[in-house]
Amino acid sequence: MLKRIPVSSLIGLVFTALFLIVAVFAPFIAPYPTGQIVGGVWEPMSAQYWLGTDNLGRDLLSRMIYGAQITIFISVAATALSFTMGSVLGFAAAVIGGWFEIVMSRLVDLLMAIPTLIFGLVILSVLPTTIPVLIMVMGILDSTRVYRLSRAVAADINVMDFVEAAKLRGEGTGWIIFREILPNALSPLVSELGLRFIYAVLFLSALSFLGLGVQPPEADWGGMVKENKEGIVFGIPAALIPAAAIAALAISVNLVADWILNRTTSLKGGRG
Amino acid sequence: MGGSPILRLIAQRVAMGILLLFAVSALIFAGTQILPGDVAASILGQSATPTALANLRQELGLNDPAYVRYFRWLGGILTGDLGTALTTRQDIATTLGPRLWNTLFLAFWTAVVAIPLAILLGLLAVRYRNGPIDKAISGFALASTSLPEFFIGYLLIFFFAVKLQWFPSISTVYDGMPFLEKLQAIVLPGTALLLVVLAHMMRMTRAAILNVMQSAYVETAELKGLSQLNIIRKHAFPNAIAPIVNVVMLNLAFLVVGVVVVEVIFVYPGMGQYLVDHVAKRDVPVVQAVGLIFAAVYISLNIVADIASILANPRLRHPR
Repeated sequence: MLKRIPVSSLIGLVFTALFLIVAVFAPFIAPYPTGQIVGGVWEPMSAQYWLGTDNLGRDLLSRMIYGAQITIFISVAATALSFTMGSVLGFAAAVIGGWFEIVMSRLVDLLMAIPTLIFGLVILSVLPTTIPVLIMVMGILDSTRVYRLSRAVAADINVMDFVEAAKLRGEGTGWIIFREILPNALSPLVSELGLRFIYAVLFLSALSFLGLGVQPPEADWGGMVKENKEGIVFGIPAALIPAAAIAALAISVNLVADWILNRTTSLKGGRG
Repeated sequence: MGGSPILRLIAQRVAMGILLLFAVSALIFAGTQILPGDVAASILGQSATPTALANLRQELGLNDPAYVRYFRWLGGILTGDLGTALTTRQDIATTLGPRLWNTLFLAFWTAVVAIPLAILLGLLAVRYRNGPIDKAISGFALASTSLPEFFIGYLLIFFFAVKLQWFPSISTVYDGMPFLEKLQAIVLPGTALLLVVLAHMMRMTRAAILNVMQSAYVETAELKGLSQLNIIRKHAFPNAIAPIVNVVMLNLAFLVVGVVVVEVIFVYPGMGQYLVDHVAKRDVPVVQAVGLIFAAVYISLNIVADIASILANPRLRHPR
């Protein structure tokens, strides 16, 4: 299988793995603790501070490494939440049908009629900005897209012979969803998983950049852009580094997701 | 009603849109009510005395049930009264007016550049399908959908405002500013927005034209021996206009949202920055009002997109 993998996807795979390793082993890799002030403000890159120091004189590389952990952890958690919620509800809607499907679908239409960032900001204006709240808000808002995809995919599968057979055997809704539909819906959902993860990373970064995501002294990459943005006008590129990291992570995952999507030919759930 | 089916379809779509807008207003209102604490407590802070709280609640009408407050709020908005900001005690509508104008100014000029450019690049990608131009365009599209707005924005500032000093790094616009200076001020934020929406538009334009290229009449044209360019110009493009208009409108809706982050990057005095500032200050009336306006613009553009595709569909235009 690995032999036929295109170069671009391989690059994406390697970088994605690299980011994950950095995130998981952050405390062992980072040369300095995340909050420790080690030098002057915005010192340039040097042998001692590979990426220089930030707006308070903390080691930028160490903050980047811890930032990877926070960014990736929140995005993974939000994606997991949106997938579990979206796919279970989407499958259930397709299998149960009737009023349940109508109510769920109209509710999703309504949520999707407001741009996610705008509605997220509206809700966050009254909620405390803690990490669990962020995960909940991001996960729930994004589950609408997963719901649409999984309902479409499940509706395709639901009319197939083996599902009819299971229904005639008298299997319950739970069996139909988890034993008949889920295994057959996995491949389109897996490539969607990558895209949703990227979306979560970008959404979280945007929120933190606007000062409404992860709160100091903790910082994800979006928050680090915010911390260091004042330096830009003095020609100090510290804010560009976390921004570039977000882009690199998003592009690598995108390359992997693209490859998986191209490998799954049938059953694209209305994606054409 | 009778009339032509096309008018009926459009009327239906508009009615649905208005219904959706009301539902959305209820959702936005409900979204700011999910916490047990109320506005009075957040204005006065923790040291508030119970009497002060009670007085403020009375003054703001917080003792009424939620649905009464919702209809009062909605009634106000329908008559042009957006309420008063909690933090500044200023009328929201008068503060918002010029900012809405600034945001539309930025979005409009970005769209003026983005739309023809996206269509041109989309056409080029189809004309030289699978060639180097097509590959470069799709590579660029993939990259720019993965780039956060602030990466593009700060790169532009870093190179064009700080290093080369061609443009100001902070895009201030004010009333009575000469038009050309205003344009110069929005070049960088406009470019950032452009790069954000261009990729989507291009990709979808390309897909729309390719879709048409696979139809039977294009094959006929090919077999007739028409050149590739003529096929695109005479057969594919006219039929792809409807999906392209749709794409453009959807992306304009996207642009209206992208504006929030871009305005904060360039400290542009528009609606997005106003929204973000007041979310941080937990100024709920402002957030509700601005959120509703953003949602309304987004929904309206979606309606226009649908109407455009109804109008451009020849099967509906010439009913038999």
